[in-house]
Amino acid sequence: MHHIISIKELETEEINALLNKAEKISKEGFVRRTLEDKLVALLFFEPSTRTRMSFSAALSRLGGDVITVDSVEGSSISKGETLADTIRVVSSYVDAIVLRHPKEGAARLASNFSTVPVINAGDGAGQHPSQTLLDLYTIRENMPLDNIDVGLLGDLRYGRTSHSLSYALSNYNVRIHTIAPKGLEMPAALNEELIERGIELVHHDNLQDVINELDVLYVTRIQRERFPDSASYARVAYSYRITPEILNNVRENLILMHPLPRAGEIDPAVDSLPYAKYFRQAENGVPVRMAMLEEVIL
Amino acid sequence: MNVKKEPEGGLLISPIRDGTVIDHITGGEALVVLRILGITGTTDESLSVATNVESRISGSKDIVKISNRELSKEEVDRIALLAPEATINIIRDYRVFEKMKVEIPKSVTGFVRCPNPGCITNSNEPVESSFETKRGKLQCIYCDAIISENIAEYII
Repeated sequence: MHHIISIKELETEEINALLNKAEKISKEGFVRRTLEDKLVALLFFEPSTRTRMSFSAALSRLGGDVITVDSVEGSSISKGETLADTIRVVSSYVDAIVLRHPKEGAARLASNFSTVPVINAGDGAGQHPSQTLLDLYTIRENMPLDNIDVGLLGDLRYGRTSHSLSYALSNYNVRIHTIAPKGLEMPAALNEELIERGIELVHHDNLQDVINELDVLYVTRIQRERFPDSASYARVAYSYRITPEILNNVRENLILMHPLPRAGEIDPAVDSLPYAKYFRQAENGVPVRMAMLEEVIL
Repeated sequence: MNVKKEPEGGLLISPIRDGTVIDHITGGEALVVLRILGITGTTDESLSVATNVESRISGSKDIVKISNRELSKEEVDRIALLAPEATINIIRDYRVFEKMKVEIPKSVTGFVRCPNPGCITNSNEPVESSFETKRGKLQCIYCDAIISENIAEYII
């Protein structure tokens, strides 16, 4: 049985195969009925709009059906049932489970108890492999994943998307540049792990120092609650804001990415520039999740 | 008067006839080691524990002697994280029958708590904590959290 729990468990060839499959689906058109008689449970024990809707859309495009749990309140978890029991029961109803849960490691636990494949749709501050795959897909759609400079901007300490993406990029020949406010730098353990995996890692204090050397700039949200007061938050947030002016001398092929939702990190005036790929990135969630569903079910 | 001479430095604990002697435990860790081995005041073994004994090699060490129980290699490897220098002597009829070094196991399950409060293993789920060991560090197989120091604090 094939679960997709963490990007760390996927070999480069497996990642490439999934991305190739997503590309094929995208080229051939979304309407294919490969999962016509299949039923998938979307168990979302934490709020999510994009991930839940795009998994749902992906399955509908493949002809499959969805049953959903949307919140803890609406489920037997609120009666004290363990996730393990929920998974045991639900896996007897369906052909695959897509799970979003507030606890880290929940998807791995689920895979221990499930009789059908489990896809991790985000476990707390932990892994979110479908996001990482669609991020890679978006980069690859614009340039080969080879000999490129990728900048990661924002909260690199707590931001799971940049953690997973940097780990996934270590499968390829990529230089990673980190630009993070003081106190929100990448965790030392991850730094070490990336270097061990042979990646070239450069840390920068200012975005201006590096922006003109980047092929990809991956922007993430800086959360207000990480700062002692709103003045220090505003100062940092302002210095990391992407505006048309800051993009004056960037490489022509630069792409700007963001896992969304954004909260002021990117000026809406940037949206119409050719660099802006974040909406395309969100759109790519559908073919990538179609590929993942086909991969685990068929 | 016939006075029996004390051994030099004093004999802290007497030899055992049958059982296990764990020597060269990091000074001060003996009681934690016993806890990891599941040996507590309520179990049957008769125990001798010496802590902070002078050691030529490491300055100070702890020694534990357990009568009438031979620990298996698998059991003693669990203590390797805390006492990597420990040696295990299996004693039969006052003689060392077998001598073993401890080896850090590839994974540890069930006796170390994950330091991440958000980890699924710190909830009411029917799951044991489980870690992979990497160069003396422990990494949770569920949430990737790493324990790199003060491992004793996380022993359940």
